[in-house]
Amino acid sequence: MLTLLTDWLKGALLGVQGYVQLQAATMRGIFSRPFYFHDVVEQFDSIGIGSLTVVLLTGFFTGAVLALQSGVTLDQFGARPFVGRLVSASMIKELGPVLTGLMLAGRIGSGIAAELGSMVVTDQINALRALGTDPVRKLVVPRVLAGFFMTPVLTVISDTVGILGGWLVAVYQLGVASSLYWTSITDALYLADAWMGIIKPFILGYVIVTIGCYVGLGTKGGTQGVGRSTTNAVVAASVAVIAVDFFVTRLLFTLLY
Amino acid sequence: MPTHAIRDAAPLERRSSPDLPAVDFRNVSLSFDEKIVLRDVSFTLMPGHTKIILGASGSGKSTILKLILGLLKPDAGEIWIHGSRVDRMREDDIMDVRRHLGMVFQEGALFDSLTVGENVGYKLYEETEQPLDNVRRRVEEVLGFVRLSEHIDKMPSELSGGQRRRVAIARAMAYKPPTLLYDEATTGLDPITATTIDEEIVKLRDVENVSSIVVTHQLRDAFFVATHEALRRDGQIDIRQAGPEKCDEAEFIMLREGLITFEGNAAELRASTDPYIRMFLS
Repeated sequence: MLTLLTDWLKGALLGVQGYVQLQAATMRGIFSRPFYFHDVVEQFDSIGIGSLTVVLLTGFFTGAVLALQSGVTLDQFGARPFVGRLVSASMIKELGPVLTGLMLAGRIGSGIAAELGSMVVTDQINALRALGTDPVRKLVVPRVLAGFFMTPVLTVISDTVGILGGWLVAVYQLGVASSLYWTSITDALYLADAWMGIIKPFILGYVIVTIGCYVGLGTKGGTQGVGRSTTNAVVAASVAVIAVDFFVTRLLFTLLY
Repeated sequence: MPTHAIRDAAPLERRSSPDLPAVDFRNVSLSFDEKIVLRDVSFTLMPGHTKIILGASGSGKSTILKLILGLLKPDAGEIWIHGSRVDRMREDDIMDVRRHLGMVFQEGALFDSLTVGENVGYKLYEETEQPLDNVRRRVEEVLGFVRLSEHIDKMPSELSGGQRRRVAIARAMAYKPPTLLYDEATTGLDPITATTIDEEIVKLRDVENVSSIVVTHQLRDAFFVATHEALRRDGQIDIRQAGPEKCDEAEFIMLREGLITFEGNAAELRASTDPYIRMFLS
């Protein structure tokens, strides 16, 4: 029993060490040459544009259902006109970043882990090194940069379509006047909320991509290992999104409010 | 005497120092946890020569190639590549030494998101400042050498197993490394396709003066490489049975549980009375 616990602890510590080492190598790769610019552009396209559909759909329906649910609750207090305030605050501060993060954990985290994992088991990573290319610079840095910068953009898009979805439901289902919906949004939105909604996705994007890269590059055991890595990356990134969101929110509350 | 006529390709430039060993292993040992992979392994590969490393699966053959490339570090001993000691080098510094080495991985390890041409020219496109026209010319040249010119724009998934290995050879030779490492380059291929790979190895060694380390457990291919030579004649390259002097330039190493149990030429290997070698050869 003690041996099992020791082995587990050793494994966990080695995992943390490996993850931190990958961060250090990534930072070195970002701030020194060689820099694979066209891979960065490719990843911005793949992670950013490629995730647009899923983010648009998730954001839209989240905003719509939020308006629907909160409209019913607010009715009990005669506060139905404030539905816009509730939708926008929820979307911008919390649901936009977290749901976008979860969607990206599913789409990008798994994709990166599967892609890098297959490259590991088919010796393509070793081939890169043999050809004089550092896999961290070539594969990890472009993905991390794309994840870091594109997640906030996708979150803003998700927030926007979420508020639009809420507007559609508020106007056509709940019978709230359109001008009232938009006024309640602008009245209730503070700059600190916007900061909260824009800072969190940077961190979530970074965490999702680095977990995907770390798990992918650590793949062992052939195609079965690739499947295992993909699952592990999605699970770890999803849990990390929720956990990191809590800690960052706590920190931002202290700093911004 | 089998002779194969192959279309000639333009001669390639090559760097090599005749006196300096291409690869020098000195008392190298390596273990993973409790498992000893290599024990006190020493050998020297001279420029233009061939080492053929034989052994059962798990005997440490491929590990030797990974140590040469610096993909693994030994627990003890020294590894010298073209005069540079690599066993203690940092990853950043070892990149420079890898310019002297080309590696043909088992199954090819081609980048599946790149075309054949992009795979072959990968190092030149990504790691050098050469003009794109020059790189393209070089890619066409090496693909001509392995007789796959017409496949330049195909994806690796569209190629057969043998073609993928030949593209891997083309990729490894594209930047003119003086030493090539072949990791089970013919495993899983039919005998005819395997022979075409063997011919490429012989051609590169004899026409381009490339030093080679061939890791295999396919005896037929090992003996083919050791006992044949390539000669350029009238714009063509002939592959034929090698003379005794040429055969001496190809040395076999037999690995057993991480230890070198035999080192010598093809004739000596055939004449060995060691029971393990006899069993392996049978």
